[in-house]
Amino acid sequence: MKKSAQKIRERIIETGLFLSAVSSVFITLGIVIILAYESFGFFMAVPVTEFLTGTVWTPLFADPRFGILPLVSGTLLITSIALSVALPVGLISAIYLSEYAPHRLRETIKPVLELLAAVPTVVYGYFALLFLTPLLQELLPDLSGFNAISPGIIMGVMIVPYVSSVSEDAMKAVPMYIREGSYAMGATKLQTAFKVVIPAAFSGIAAAFIMGISRAIGETMVVAIAAGMMPNFTFNPMEPVQTLTSYIVQVSLGDVPHGTIEYKTIFAAGMTLFLMTLFFNIIGFWLRKRIREAY
Amino acid sequence: MTVTISEDLKAESKNLNFYYGALHSLKNVNLPIARRRVTALIGPSGCGKTTFLRCFNRMHDLYPHNRYEGEIIIYPEKLNIISPSVDPIEIRMQISMVFQKPNPFPKSIYENVAYGLRVRGVKKKGLIDEAVEKSLRGSALWDEVKDRLNNSAFDLSGGQQQRLCIARALATDPRILLFDEPTSALDPTATSKIEELIIELKNEVTIIIVTHNMQQAARVSDYTAFMYLGEIIEFDKTDKIFTAPSNKLTEEYITGRFG
Repeated sequence: MKKSAQKIRERIIETGLFLSAVSSVFITLGIVIILAYESFGFFMAVPVTEFLTGTVWTPLFADPRFGILPLVSGTLLITSIALSVALPVGLISAIYLSEYAPHRLRETIKPVLELLAAVPTVVYGYFALLFLTPLLQELLPDLSGFNAISPGIIMGVMIVPYVSSVSEDAMKAVPMYIREGSYAMGATKLQTAFKVVIPAAFSGIAAAFIMGISRAIGETMVVAIAAGMMPNFTFNPMEPVQTLTSYIVQVSLGDVPHGTIEYKTIFAAGMTLFLMTLFFNIIGFWLRKRIREAY
Repeated sequence: MTVTISEDLKAESKNLNFYYGALHSLKNVNLPIARRRVTALIGPSGCGKTTFLRCFNRMHDLYPHNRYEGEIIIYPEKLNIISPSVDPIEIRMQISMVFQKPNPFPKSIYENVAYGLRVRGVKKKGLIDEAVEKSLRGSALWDEVKDRLNNSAFDLSGGQQQRLCIARALATDPRILLFDEPTSALDPTATSKIEELIIELKNEVTIIIVTHNMQQAARVSDYTAFMYLGEIIEFDKTDKIFTAPSNKLTEEYITGRFG
């Protein structure tokens, strides 16, 4: 009698654990279904070819045009600027913290670096608009007040702690006896870091990079404030641009009636964003599987 | 105790003391290392045998608060390799080490063996190819891996990985090869292969081996030092140590009464 009561209790606990584990799966599924459903409505009105190849995005104009390329180019442009700051700086900080910094210095720097991630993104946005852009204008007089480069750089700085923290954890997890093997061959610290520790921590570093990329693509506030909300099919970092995310903000903030084609553009843009992030996550997953090192 | 042997010496520790911070873990260690012979270091856990071994390639320099006193002289140069003026990297290039747990790098079999040459800046492919083959033959692994040199080192079994680590250590033509309990993570078959290899290798290189396994010390070594609490209690020809030890403590240890 007592035994079966215990069994039931075990069952209840197990079911509870299972439900919390699958809840995130269901939420993700729900989001995908809504995105797909609403974008389907959008593509009933706008041909996919026009959406994918059009270079003008003016869905709110009297003569609407629905070419997503300006938003994609804006997103990719700002993402690449951000990553060209975040990946090298993040990786180098991680190497320094994991391989070189004395224990006490690391314990001081790491929390400060992680504090960068705690600054609200809206602060970063205004920092880009009101501080970095005027500063850059001193160097580049042609730079327009809204542009891609300034929010790109600031977004890069914002992502550094994510990249460095995850990469550093991966490098710290490389067992000391692997490093000793390298030192015992007469390798220097730098050789050990680059030839042994980084390859050994590769899957973790790749995960950090992919996380950084996904964050850069999805980042909204900084670009909404400082990049100019101008769907502009260009790869010139000096010009104002609009990203997929900042377009979604713009439309969501306005008074677009529910169910209209303008309303549905939000979901089409959201779907595009989702597929781009998914693509990078799949690459990351594949990379991790391919170059996985087990200890 | 001070001991002398009648053979050519490759190295010799003289009044060696070692400190981990405040912990005095090697006390006045004097030990001759005969050239092209196998010297085994035995003793209970914590007796300082691994600490002593790691002095030979200055591994202790990797961690802060470690301190050497005294000398480890290598011959024929009569260079004191633990002197602060000697660059540990120079020493490690000449004195290689094989670790307790196989620790191949996350690279191909070929690149693992080539590593020592690469860090020395050797670029010529012909030279590296030659050294890789020679070392893999030297560690009796060549026939097993010659068709898959570009596969990951992690595809190998534990025993093969350890022989790969031996090949890696051989590739740079070391003067002394240090083994730190090289078979403690291996099964009996892999162990006997490594032991045969050690016996073969002593024709070319001076070997120091730390082992927990007394049969292993008896099988592979020419000289044995018994250590206890950071001191050398007895050092002699291996036959003598295992048949007629002169110290009571040594006798108790090798007959399994403590340790």
